[in-house]
Amino acid sequence: MKVEQGLLYQESHEWVRLEGDEAVVGISDFAQEELNDVVYVELPEVGDTFAKGDVFGAVESVKAASDLYLPLSGEIIAVNKELENSPQLVNEDPYGKGWLVRIKVSDPDEAKDLLSADAYAKFLAEEAQKGGH
Amino acid sequence: MTEPLIFEISRPGRCAASLPECDVPQAALPKNLVRDELPLPEVSELDLVRHYVRLSHMNHAVDTGFYPLGSCTMKYNPKMNEVAARLPGFTAVHPYQSQFTVQGCLQLMFELQECLKAISGFAAVSLQPAAGAHGEFAGMLMIRAYHLDRGDTGRTKVLVPDSAHGTNPASTAMCGYEVVEIRSDARGNVDLDDLRAHCDEHVAGMMLTNPNTLGLFDEHILEIADIVHSCGGLLYGDGANLNAIVGVAKPAELGFDVMHFNLHKTFSTPHGGGGPGAGPVGVTDALADFLPGPIAGMWPASSDSPDDEPEYGLYMPPKSIGRLKSFYGNFGVLVRAYAYIRHLGAEGLRRVAEHAVLNANYLRVRLQDTYPLPYRRVCMHEFVLSGRLPGAEGVRTIDIAKRLMDFGFHPPTIYFPLIVPEALMIEPTETESLETLDAFADAMLRIAEEARTEPDTLHNAPFTAPLRRLDDVRAAREPKLRWQP
Repeated sequence: MKVEQGLLYQESHEWVRLEGDEAVVGISDFAQEELNDVVYVELPEVGDTFAKGDVFGAVESVKAASDLYLPLSGEIIAVNKELENSPQLVNEDPYGKGWLVRIKVSDPDEAKDLLSADAYAKFLAEEAQKGGH
Repeated sequence: MTEPLIFEISRPGRCAASLPECDVPQAALPKNLVRDELPLPEVSELDLVRHYVRLSHMNHAVDTGFYPLGSCTMKYNPKMNEVAARLPGFTAVHPYQSQFTVQGCLQLMFELQECLKAISGFAAVSLQPAAGAHGEFAGMLMIRAYHLDRGDTGRTKVLVPDSAHGTNPASTAMCGYEVVEIRSDARGNVDLDDLRAHCDEHVAGMMLTNPNTLGLFDEHILEIADIVHSCGGLLYGDGANLNAIVGVAKPAELGFDVMHFNLHKTFSTPHGGGGPGAGPVGVTDALADFLPGPIAGMWPASSDSPDDEPEYGLYMPPKSIGRLKSFYGNFGVLVRAYAYIRHLGAEGLRRVAEHAVLNANYLRVRLQDTYPLPYRRVCMHEFVLSGRLPGAEGVRTIDIAKRLMDFGFHPPTIYFPLIVPEALMIEPTETESLETLDAFADAMLRIAEEARTEPDTLHNAPFTAPLRRLDDVRAAREPKLRWQP
C-alpha cells in the first residue's frame, strides 16, 4: 500500500495536490484497497461549491458505497470524466488517472489542518494497530 | 450445471394454457394499445414446470441447509405455522367483508397485538407496517408527530450509531431529518462522550439496535436512554435483533419509546426471498395516539347478556399518522407469527433467546483464535469476525464466503457492519444442532488453513455450486438488464 509523497491527506482518506490556487482531489491507495473494485463514481457538477468537509460525491464498490468529503472549501472547476466509463482507474491509479475533481481553493489556510504524507502513513499504522476501526 | 432462460426454451406456437372458447363477441383492441415487440416466451406446461422446478433445486434454503446470514435470523420456520396460515377461515376471507363475518381474524390480530405488548412491555402495538424498514419509517413518523403535536418544531436531527443497519439512516432521511452518526467505543458500545456532545434541543431522537449489529449488548443502554431523553429526544429501537432478548428483557423497560418487531425474523415466518415480512410497531403511552391504523380492538360483551362473546373490530388512534399499508398489514405473516408465539409460550420464547445466544457463543469460541475477533466479548445472538487471516494476506472475506458454499453452507453476511474491515457476520440461530454448528466450525477452520496453504482454492471457489464464481464487478460495471436474442 502506497502513500504518495508531496500530497496532503485527511483521515477520511482523500488526498489533495495543491497547484497554485487550484487543487486536485482523489482517494488514497489505502481507501481504494479497502473499497475493493470500484464500480461507480458519483461526482458533482462543474460550478458546484462546497465547504471543507462537505460530501461532494460517492464511490461505490461491490461491497459498499462511501461518501467523499472535500478536504478544502472551493468551487468544482473540473471532474474526471474518464471515471464514468472506467471507474476502475480509481483502483488502478488512485494518485494519477483515478483523480476525482479539480477545485478552485477558496481558503488556502485550510490546508494547514490536513495531514502530510508521513502523518497520514502514521495515522494508517495506528488504525491498523487498533484493528477494529 | 446450467439452465437456459425461459426465453431460450421458447418455441413459436407452444402454450402452457388452454382457454375455453370465447362465448362473447370479440372486440379488437385499439391499435395504439397493441404491441408486438414484446417477445413473450412460448413454452409447454411440462417445459414450464421443469424449468422452474430445476431452478428451485439450485436454491439454498433453511429447509436444505445451514444459513448463518448475520442480522437476518434465518431460523427454521416450523411447518405448523404453515398449516395455521392455510386454514380456510384465514385464506377464504376478503378485506371488504363486514367485520361481523371475520371475527376470528380480528381476534387473532387483537391477540397478536396483546402478545407483542407482553413481550416488549410497550403500551400499544400496530400491526400495519409490512416489513422492518417500514416499521422504522412508521416509528420516525410517530416521533416527528409527537414533537410537532407539542409545538416543538426545532428538532431536525436524528442520531444513528456507526454500527447501525443501513435502513436506519435511510428511514431517518425519508422523514426529512438530518442523520448524525455517533461513534462506537472500543468495546463496541455507543461512545457516550460522542453521544453527549451531539445531544441538544435539535435532536428529535436516536435510532439504536440492541444488541447491535456487532452482536453486542450495549452495556450502557440505560444511560443512553437517559442522555437522549434528557435533551427531549425519543429513543427508537430497531427490533431486528430481538431474537437475542425475546422473553428475557423487555425493550420498553430498557428505555425505548418505540420499536418495530421483525415478525419474519424473531417469530419465524419465511423470509429472504424479498418478502413478505411484517414490521409491527410498539410504543409507550406517550406515543400510542400516533400509531398507524387501523388497529384491532376488543369490546367486551355487554353485561346484560353474559353468554355473548366479546366483539372485535378496528379503530384509528386519535392522532394517527394514518395508514401505511392497504387493508390490515400482511395478514398471512401475522397468522404464522401468532401460531409460533402461542406454540412456544413465554417459557419457550425465553429458550429461543437463550439457545440463540448459546449457539452464537459456541461458534465464536471455536473460531475466535483462528479468525480475528475485533470486539472480544461475550456476544449475543451473532458475532462479527474479520476475514483478514494472519499469514494469508492475499485472501479476502469474499473468498472465504465463496469457499463455504463448497461445504454446503450459506455464507454469512459479509462486509457488514462497516466498522469491521472484511467483516464476516455470523448468526447461527437457536434451531441448529450441535452437529451442524460443529460441521460449520470445522469448515471455517479448514478454510483458514487452505487460505494459508492453497489460497488459489479460495480464489477460485466455489467448485460445487450450480454456478462458479460470478463476476460481480463486471455485472455492476456493465449491467445487462434484459435478455436479448
